[in-house]
Amino acid sequence: MKNMLVVTSGIVAMILSTATLAGPREDLLAQYAAAAKTTGFSAARGQTLHTQSFSGGKPDTPSCTTCHGKDTRGAGRALTGKTIEPVAVSVTPTRYTDPAKVEKWFKRNCTEVLGRECTVQEKGDWLTFVIGQ
Amino acid sequence: MRIPYRPLAISLVTLAFSALVFARAQAGDRHFFAPVADPVVKEECGSCHLAFAPSMLPARSWQRMMGELDNHFGDNASLDAATAEKITSYLVANAGDVGGQRYSSKLLKGVAAGAAPQRITELPKWVSEHRKVPDWEWRHKEVRTKANCVACHTAAEQGSYDE
Repeated sequence: MKNMLVVTSGIVAMILSTATLAGPREDLLAQYAAAAKTTGFSAARGQTLHTQSFSGGKPDTPSCTTCHGKDTRGAGRALTGKTIEPVAVSVTPTRYTDPAKVEKWFKRNCTEVLGRECTVQEKGDWLTFVIGQ
Repeated sequence: MRIPYRPLAISLVTLAFSALVFARAQAGDRHFFAPVADPVVKEECGSCHLAFAPSMLPARSWQRMMGELDNHFGDNASLDAATAEKITSYLVANAGDVGGQRYSSKLLKGVAAGAAPQRITELPKWVSEHRKVPDWEWRHKEVRTKANCVACHTAAEQGSYDE
């Protein structure tokens, strides 16, 4: 009985540590994948989303790059003049590790740029794109 | 009688210098607005723009602003109710017309008693303090808007609006 308990807790610990290893960004992507009922997110689609111009949102922010800049590894600038840290994970490794914060900004920024909220597919594609940048 | 020119000159220069330093230090005090200390307020109010010092507006301004976050100067900056409430109490508790604020009363000079101004840059005192800034400087690509305090006041995030 005691042995079984040790084995069980060992397994639980292993699962937990694997989850920690995967990291919050990967967990979030997995959640998006489950919600979108897809296995594939595409960095290329994410890049298109990031750079293309939309007409549904606010006229002064037609695309993500309006504020975030064309270079994902360079700093962006909000219309208020405030600097925005680069979106690329390679340059700003702390980014996208707080799921609530990621969701908050997707909601706010997609509404401003696209005039609607982003789909889970779009979120997954975009996140895949910036994680690889 | 022999006048001790040299020591006299030295003391005069010293005196003038300390007067200058003292005047500058005083000016520094006058232009100090305690920055936001609360991490939640700093995060939520400081992502898109400088987290403006709560002492720059009266409490009623902050109350109105926090009630209209869905149209925050044209942007939807809505927050969940709990966070919004937390931020409102911080802003109100540290507002410019709340007791103990020594310098912000000057910035709020000329604001009507019941008024709830929303833009710091439209306060009469703010306008008069910035009257000498030419139009092209506001349009400069590093400035862009009058709300971009740090473009000129490099220590604004620390609360100092000296230069």
